[in-house]
Amino acid sequence: MSNPEKTSTEKIAIEIRNLRNQFGSQILHDQLELDVRSGEILGVVGGSGTGKSVLMRTIIGLNRKAAGTIRILGQDTDTLDRAGTRSIQQRLGVLFQDGALFSSLTVSQNIEAVLKEHTGISGKMREELAALKIALAGLPPEAGGKYPSELSGGMRKRAGLARALALDPDIVFLDEPTAGLDPIGAHQFDQLILDLNKALGLTVVMITHDLDSLHAICDRIGVLLNKKMKVGTIPELIREPDPWLADYFGGPRGRAASRQDT
Amino acid sequence: MDDTTVSPLLPSIETGSDQDIRLSGTWITQHVPTLEKCIGQWLSRKTAPGNLIVDFSAVQRMDTAGALLFLRMEKHLLEQGFSLERNGVSPAAASILKAVEPHAQISPGLSPRLPLWERILNRAAAIALEFLSSLRDLTAFTGLITQTLIMALLNPRRLRFNAILTQVQKTGASALPIVGLISFLIGIVLAFQGAGQLRNFGAEIFTVNLVAIGVLREMGILLTAIVVAGRSGSAFTAEIGTMKVSEEIDAMQTIGLNPIEVLALPRIIGLLIALPLLTFYADMMGLLGGAMISFATLGITPLQFIETLHGAAGLNDFFVGIIKAPVFAFIIAMVGCHEGFKVSRSAESVGQQTTRAVVESIFIVIVLDALLSILFSALGI
Repeated sequence: MSNPEKTSTEKIAIEIRNLRNQFGSQILHDQLELDVRSGEILGVVGGSGTGKSVLMRTIIGLNRKAAGTIRILGQDTDTLDRAGTRSIQQRLGVLFQDGALFSSLTVSQNIEAVLKEHTGISGKMREELAALKIALAGLPPEAGGKYPSELSGGMRKRAGLARALALDPDIVFLDEPTAGLDPIGAHQFDQLILDLNKALGLTVVMITHDLDSLHAICDRIGVLLNKKMKVGTIPELIREPDPWLADYFGGPRGRAASRQDT
Repeated sequence: MDDTTVSPLLPSIETGSDQDIRLSGTWITQHVPTLEKCIGQWLSRKTAPGNLIVDFSAVQRMDTAGALLFLRMEKHLLEQGFSLERNGVSPAAASILKAVEPHAQISPGLSPRLPLWERILNRAAAIALEFLSSLRDLTAFTGLITQTLIMALLNPRRLRFNAILTQVQKTGASALPIVGLISFLIGIVLAFQGAGQLRNFGAEIFTVNLVAIGVLREMGILLTAIVVAGRSGSAFTAEIGTMKVSEEIDAMQTIGLNPIEVLALPRIIGLLIALPLLTFYADMMGLLGGAMISFATLGITPLQFIETLHGAAGLNDFFVGIIKAPVFAFIIAMVGCHEGFKVSRSAESVGQQTTRAVVESIFIVIVLDALLSILFSALGI
């Protein structure tokens, strides 16, 4: 991650082996393997009900896995003690679907709350760092004093991203970052993610259904198929002999998105 | 990258000669307090302005917070007449510095802090204005309700009988256990206290008067109104407020339904029916409690109690209590609905307005009760 030029892509940020997730008798993931490379933008796609969000929640520790190992930044999450878990948490940032900002706090206070919990930074400096994150997320400075209910959907997403960046994490998870945005807003958000990925060397894992985002900014795509993960670039995935993949990338929307690509 | 725990290497600034400084360690968010301290110390050192070479080669990691602090320090030095040259910056740090640079001088968009007395005055003014504007809103809402009510009465098909009956059931029938229990206990308390005091004068029999007047004129209605405000007034606000949050009320308007007519009227009419009935029930339970204690402590038999009751309280006492019920019902229901419609689009606002609805309606009910009490005694009713 110390190199934003993506030359050292051999480094693995997240390593998942033999992961199984199940709810009752329903098995969502079985023998799932995934390597997320440091500094890449990985798009995660899959039909509805294939457990994209569950996979994300499992990696960030909100969901208990049934079996398998997950190593984040070289650390096995099962063997970590409290302090270790906390320090891993500090290096992950998460943007939930609608931002999930605390509605009783202003945008600035939302970011400061994270800094306050994890560091000993003074109040004034916290405000200034929050202002910096707000600016990096592409929001105007006034947005800091506003409450989430006073923001538009697109601004809430940016504010959520600013909060996810509060501790300068190494890895950021985005859950459908462009869902509900108009094409212009979605494009700008894509650009923002790409810029931050380049400038800060962020590793980005994003769940998305936006074919344009997949084409425009994702280095690789992970597809949840038959309870497993198939990872590759778009041209590689199109060559796979799977009907769902053919439908996904070869359907009318998929073709339209790939035309813009060329 | 491989150090998952926060690196123990604290950031520092070392001065080599007059011409060069060496930055080292991890310039990251977790170390901001240390960084602020060492930058402050370093800047307080008096050095004559000149050419400075800043060596980055020992910086292991730099994130946006570290970059921000460095850029501020750099700006400060430039203003003092130094000229700076960055040396050995890793590509990662360079790109972070570049990303942060345009925003380095940004300050949080906060208004300057006013002196204390001004803040107190501002706050007081804001509270007063809010009180006045809520009074105005409530008056306007009363007008709106009255208008809608008259329109509905002129065209009774627009009264939603099913909805009204549901409200009577929810606000009235379901409240019977709690209202009954509270009134019964209040009857017991009044009788106990009265008996104890009146025995000193050998006037135990007047306990019946105390219980009858107390329960019928004041306690029955007041306690019922307070319980209903807490139970149903809050429910009105929360129900309507949640619908507001999920845009159901907007949807209602677009398909041509009047939210006041559909949501507020059935609740108001329902409570107008339920509260007098509840009050009657509360009166009876209060008298029952009084009668039980009179029998247990003073040996007044139930038959004696009823006979004395006839002499002690007239029908007017009963009506003084019961006449307040529809008035209080209207206030509770209206405040509840009004606060519900005032909810903005957040979950927190539902809680806030619900609290306000309960506090406001109980406050108005008690103030009004006190005024009516004075009025009735002045009129000699």
